Amino acid sequence: MSLLEVHDLSVRFDTDDGSVHAVDGLSFSLEDGEVLGVVGESGCGKSVSAMSLLQLLPETAHVTGGAQFDGLDLISAPKSKLRDIRGRRIAFVFQEPMTSLNPSFKIGNQLGEVLQRHLGLNRRQARTRAIELLDLVRIPAPKRRVEEYPHQLSGGMRQRVMIAIALACDPKILIADEPTTALDVTIQAGILDLMRDIRERLGTAIILITHNLGVVADIADRVIVMYAGRKVEEAPVHDLYASPQHPYTIGLLGAIPRPGAADEQGRLREIPGRVPSLAELPAACAFAPRCPRADDRTRSQKPELREVRPQHLVACFHPGVNGAVS
Amino acid sequence: MGGFLLRKVGAALIVLVLASMLVFVGVRAIPGDPAIALGAENRDPAVLAAVRHKYGLDKPLPVQYLNWISLAVRGDLGRDQRQLSVSQTIVQRLPITLELAGLAILIGSAIGITAGVIAAVRRGKPTDYAATSVALVGLSVPHFWLGIVMIIYFAVKLNWLPAGGYVPFGQDPIQNLEHMLMPAIVLGTGLSAVLMRQMRSSMLGALGADYVRTARAKGLSEWAVVGKHALRNSLITVTTVLGLQLGALISGAVITEQIFVIPGFGRLTIDAVNQRDYTLLQGVVLVAAAGYVIVNLLVDVVYSFLNPRIRVAGARR
Amino acid sequence: MSYVDAAAVAINPRARRRRLLRKRFLRRPLAVAGLVVALTFILVAIFAPWIAPYSPDATDFNATLAPPFTPGHLLGTDELGRDVLSRIIWGSRASIEAGVLSTALAFLIAVPIGIVAGYYRGWIDPVIARATDVLLAFPFLILAVGLAAILGPSLMNATIALGLGAVPAVIRVARGEALALREEDYVRAAVANGAGDVAILGRHVLPNMSSTLIVQATLIIPAAIIGEAVLSFLGLGVQPPTPSWGVMLADAQSYVSQAPRLAIFPGLAIFFCSLSFNLLGDGLRDVLDPRTTR
Repeated sequence: MSLLEVHDLSVRFDTDDGSVHAVDGLSFSLEDGEVLGVVGESGCGKSVSAMSLLQLLPETAHVTGGAQFDGLDLISAPKSKLRDIRGRRIAFVFQEPMTSLNPSFKIGNQLGEVLQRHLGLNRRQARTRAIELLDLVRIPAPKRRVEEYPHQLSGGMRQRVMIAIALACDPKILIADEPTTALDVTIQAGILDLMRDIRERLGTAIILITHNLGVVADIADRVIVMYAGRKVEEAPVHDLYASPQHPYTIGLLGAIPRPGAADEQGRLREIPGRVPSLAELPAACAFAPRCPRADDRTRSQKPELREVRPQHLVACFHPGVNGAVS
Repeated sequence: MGGFLLRKVGAALIVLVLASMLVFVGVRAIPGDPAIALGAENRDPAVLAAVRHKYGLDKPLPVQYLNWISLAVRGDLGRDQRQLSVSQTIVQRLPITLELAGLAILIGSAIGITAGVIAAVRRGKPTDYAATSVALVGLSVPHFWLGIVMIIYFAVKLNWLPAGGYVPFGQDPIQNLEHMLMPAIVLGTGLSAVLMRQMRSSMLGALGADYVRTARAKGLSEWAVVGKHALRNSLITVTTVLGLQLGALISGAVITEQIFVIPGFGRLTIDAVNQRDYTLLQGVVLVAAAGYVIVNLLVDVVYSFLNPRIRVAGARR
Repeated sequence: MSYVDAAAVAINPRARRRRLLRKRFLRRPLAVAGLVVALTFILVAIFAPWIAPYSPDATDFNATLAPPFTPGHLLGTDELGRDVLSRIIWGSRASIEAGVLSTALAFLIAVPIGIVAGYYRGWIDPVIARATDVLLAFPFLILAVGLAAILGPSLMNATIALGLGAVPAVIRVARGEALALREEDYVRAAVANGAGDVAILGRHVLPNMSSTLIVQATLIIPAAIIGEAVLSFLGLGVQPPTPSWGVMLADAQSYVSQAPRLAIFPGLAIFFCSLSFNLLGDGLRDVLDPRTTR
């Protein structure tokens, strides 16, 4: 029995300009202590899916499907039950450390909130534990930091504080949405080290959402690739990098800048075309317009996920490094 | 923060000085010969010349200004047409208007802020539409008309409240409040409408902010999210708006006092304009401008207390 | 939407945006109502001589203080027997003229000054900013009253006074916008490419301020309308016998017990006129602000 089982998750937004289908039929599962990477371009629905698990989306979002966690369906559960889970059993770390902390309250106050709410600690106990947590995430001089305001900390440190808040109640799942994107490359490494450390020491399962394939290779056990709101490939991390099956994944891996990877004219390889508008769900392969292997079949039928290698799923009519199953 | 405040005080002083000059010149620009009014309407040229000399009106303008301003900073604003001390008249009447303004602020803030928070929390629902509509009405209603209408219904037709006049608080507190109630409501209406919209807008902004999303992700109750996180940051903006609205309150007081026949500071302005009483007008407008500048300064101080980013210097480490 | 449509639409983004804005605006019934009512008032003001059943100063001493629905006088008559409905229709001229013209005057003066201050900065900016602060130390109505006193009572002077009174506030808005826009990347790019100042201001700065300015204008107009009423009420604006809603209110004060309706009708007129512009302004602001979601 997996820790988290998501089944056929779909999210639709109603805007002034029509409906936008951000997520379409996403299913996956997460095991205890596992690190699952979710990769894809901006707008492919990865953040939206994650936020829907804790019902953190605005009122304009319509979520269907199921997400089983510890006997409860997160999608349909009443908000009151969900509030007990948020921050306590499933925690979220957001992308923008600069704005995710309330500028008017001290760090200690914001850390203590979770402890008081979920663990029933009093002020003094919460403060002590807060200092311990800041130490856990390797923030120097935690006693002083506890009394400071967010604007007195750098971006990297604020992100560590966010992680500390997330870990405060020892959650089973930590969802990290692009935790390093807003940070300098040098700081990124530190945050990733921290997450690796956390996984080893606390055994927390992590869903790591990112568009950076390098980050995923570093830390994930398994990877899901999303495109235009759908899951197009899923595999153990080494297998994904060693033999990617979906043309999109292949394109993504080929687009990583590294020595010797340029094409004949010395340019970076890119995937031609643009991400499709999410206003309509085409009854076809969403990647077809940009795919070098597209044919009539891919333009008229939606490919379903199939297992083409052990534990390796692809939604494609022409998977494989050379157009055939390898 | 000390440096911030010092700069604000300095700027306020400059503004005050420039405003006083503007007042001085402005009053002089009103058509009509002040000597005629000061000399009890006697138009004999010899008498007028004597009057001008007596009041120093024949001296060059900058000298007149300096004479006036040097006395003014010591609290002496001269004497008006009826030889009464302007400063004294102002001191007598100012508390009345301050009471009116204070009540108006109390009523306006209480209603406006509460309504704004509720409307923001219940965005898009009937409560929101109702509150927003009422606020819009409150903004569009000419409040002097509202005053007249209230007099018609509550004073003339229903006879619940007096139609005008004033009773000092010390003399009879209940009657004082009876007389002040309608004018305060009239003044407070516009204020509550502006505050409600600003509060709603700030709250909506705060509720959509990332830190509120974080607060929700922590599993905090809606009370904590709205009441602690969102409200705190919204109040900061609203305080600033409140300060800015005081100007509208002053001008509103002028007309409200006219309608409800309240012997306050606002009415003094109208009387001074109508009677061409320059000394009085100068003094009154100067005090009004000074009051406004001071209040804005106070608002800045309060704001810097509420906003940690100004109170505690940030540092990137 | 297929790829072909997307490509075609990408070629003319401005037309698409205008269509989108119109669609969003039409979805807001209150804003549309505001627009319709405001236009109605403007039309009434323009065509008053043809619409009003009577001349506004036609007295009839046999029918003073007649109640509404008296034959020939839908809203009754005032203390001199003048038809209330006609006076209200004619009164709209003063209000609309004062409201719209004063706002136009204010913008004509204040926007260039604000742009110069915000865009060029240098030594002129602090001067303008200080001067604006000084003027803003006087509440709008006090300034208008003061200016009206200086200029003398008349509709034209009241309009000028109201316009000048609104100048400091508009300067502040225009300056703020110019200040923000000059830091935008496309402006910097234009400067780096050697474009002339006039070209930059005309093509990049002004058009991007226009939505804020339009919204501001629709919100200042009702304040000016009420301002005109206030000035006339205090005797500093329109002089009798020219009708104005403010004057009607002032006259009505003496008849509050006998004929309260004399105060109610002009007030309602001011209220609805002002409300319609406020609704319009609100609607425009919602539509033009990219951050608003339903």
